[in-house]
Amino acid sequence: MTTPAIRVVGVRRTFADRHEVGVQALDGLTLEVAPREVVAIIGPNGSGKSTLLRIIGGLLAPDAGTVEVDGRPVIGPDRSVGFVFQEPRLLPWRDALANVAYPLELAGVPKAIREARAHDLLRLVGLDGFAAARPQQLSGGMRQRVSIARALALEPSVLLLDEPFSALDALARERFDIELLRVWERTNTTVVLVTHSILEAVLVADRTVVLSPRPGHVLAEVAAALGRPRRLEDLARPELLEAAAQIRALLGPLGDPDPDPREILGSGIEHHR
Amino acid sequence: MTTARHARPARWHTALPVLVGAVGFLGLWQAVDVVGNYPPYILPEPAVVASRFVRAWADGTMAPHAVATMREIILGFLVGAAAALAVGYLLARSRLANLVLSPYLVAAQSTPILALAPLLSLWFGSGLLSKVVICALIVFFPVAVSTLVGLRSVDSRLLELGHSLRATRRQLFTTLEIPAALPSVMGGIRVGVTLAVVGAIIGEWAGGDEGLGVLINLARGSLFDIPLMFATLLTVALIGMALYGLTILVERRLVGDRS
Repeated sequence: MTTPAIRVVGVRRTFADRHEVGVQALDGLTLEVAPREVVAIIGPNGSGKSTLLRIIGGLLAPDAGTVEVDGRPVIGPDRSVGFVFQEPRLLPWRDALANVAYPLELAGVPKAIREARAHDLLRLVGLDGFAAARPQQLSGGMRQRVSIARALALEPSVLLLDEPFSALDALARERFDIELLRVWERTNTTVVLVTHSILEAVLVADRTVVLSPRPGHVLAEVAAALGRPRRLEDLARPELLEAAAQIRALLGPLGDPDPDPREILGSGIEHHR
Repeated sequence: MTTARHARPARWHTALPVLVGAVGFLGLWQAVDVVGNYPPYILPEPAVVASRFVRAWADGTMAPHAVATMREIILGFLVGAAAALAVGYLLARSRLANLVLSPYLVAAQSTPILALAPLLSLWFGSGLLSKVVICALIVFFPVAVSTLVGLRSVDSRLLELGHSLRATRRQLFTTLEIPAALPSVMGGIRVGVTLAVVGAIIGEWAGGDEGLGVLINLARGSLFDIPLMFATLLTVALIGMALYGLTILVERRLVGDRS
């Protein structure tokens, strides 16, 4: 059996809240992700989704448990893991090209090489021609594309995305989901996507991991209803909607993370809103 | 190409109001003089000041004093700004330093430099050194505070990004903290540069035998040449404006257009 791309075993993490009282975010969470797999993580607010992602990315240390990426224990941020945050987090004083080249610059890659690579990455995310644009000149969606290109700059084996499209409207988000898959097909990465959207999860992932309310642990895993490649039209497929309904049932009345009439009543209602 | 085409009307749009403002100011000055019928030793007319200004520069009265004052301003500004950048960084970095040092900073800033100048002149002599110290002191506070505020304003989410990319402490400083702090620091430097001009004049009043502050005193006192005094004030103002313009140019170059 091949080494899993990500292995999380018995991870626990507690935070001190405003009143110095410990709030347990994760309680003995265990999860394995295979190489090149796309896994979506969904759960109610406070279920520790983002905490889990930060622990895998080495930005947070777990209180207990072990985390491995490519068979090596995670002891801090690593260049084999790319992180896409909820906000694009672009450096406003740099143009798109220099933002994408930033990780390469930190890694000491010579200028000519990193710029050529950044150009390739901008092309990959559909932004060739915007190399000289400042973040302020780009739309929210374009900024997030730049941030995805930046996360891929060091050719990570694992790409972690923390609700990357949550700031976009629902229609744009679905297009970006498909585009993310297109980028994924051309790279060699394992993808873990934290999301609030059940439809996003079932559209993108090979497997959706459902977390329990706080303290978070794995409640259930729902396998993909569809093969690859995925298309926007798949959102209307009954298998996909059935998987979505299954996840919604697991989340229960408490776990309505993203009230969206389409998700509750099916996709027909949208035009009447 | 397009930018050049757009730049020309834009330049007119900025130049015209400035010109109108200047003409209005001189016209008002002239009008006050005519209406009040003030003698030249109270309020000389603009034309009188202008001709005295030209003559003072032509006959070599003004130049040596202007050069002396410029020297004090530039040295004092550089010393004060450099110290302020270092201390501002220290204050931003260390809670302890902030706790221990900030009361003295505020106290020093609240004490009028005018009141300290004679003392500093006594300690450091009536030469260049005391003026540089006074300029440096007056420049220090705004630059230190703006550095502190600028470094504190760095977006913590960008720092987390830097950490996720394994940036070293030094890389975080050069690629995130400096660029993020720059607009604020440049704002402090703009204020500091104009205050440096004030500092030099105050320093010269507290004791000294050359500089524009000395010339103002001479013109008002033993020479009793009020148009020369106005011409000297004009020189001081022009120096301040030139230095301010220079910092704006530097700022545009360093900060660029971020909005």
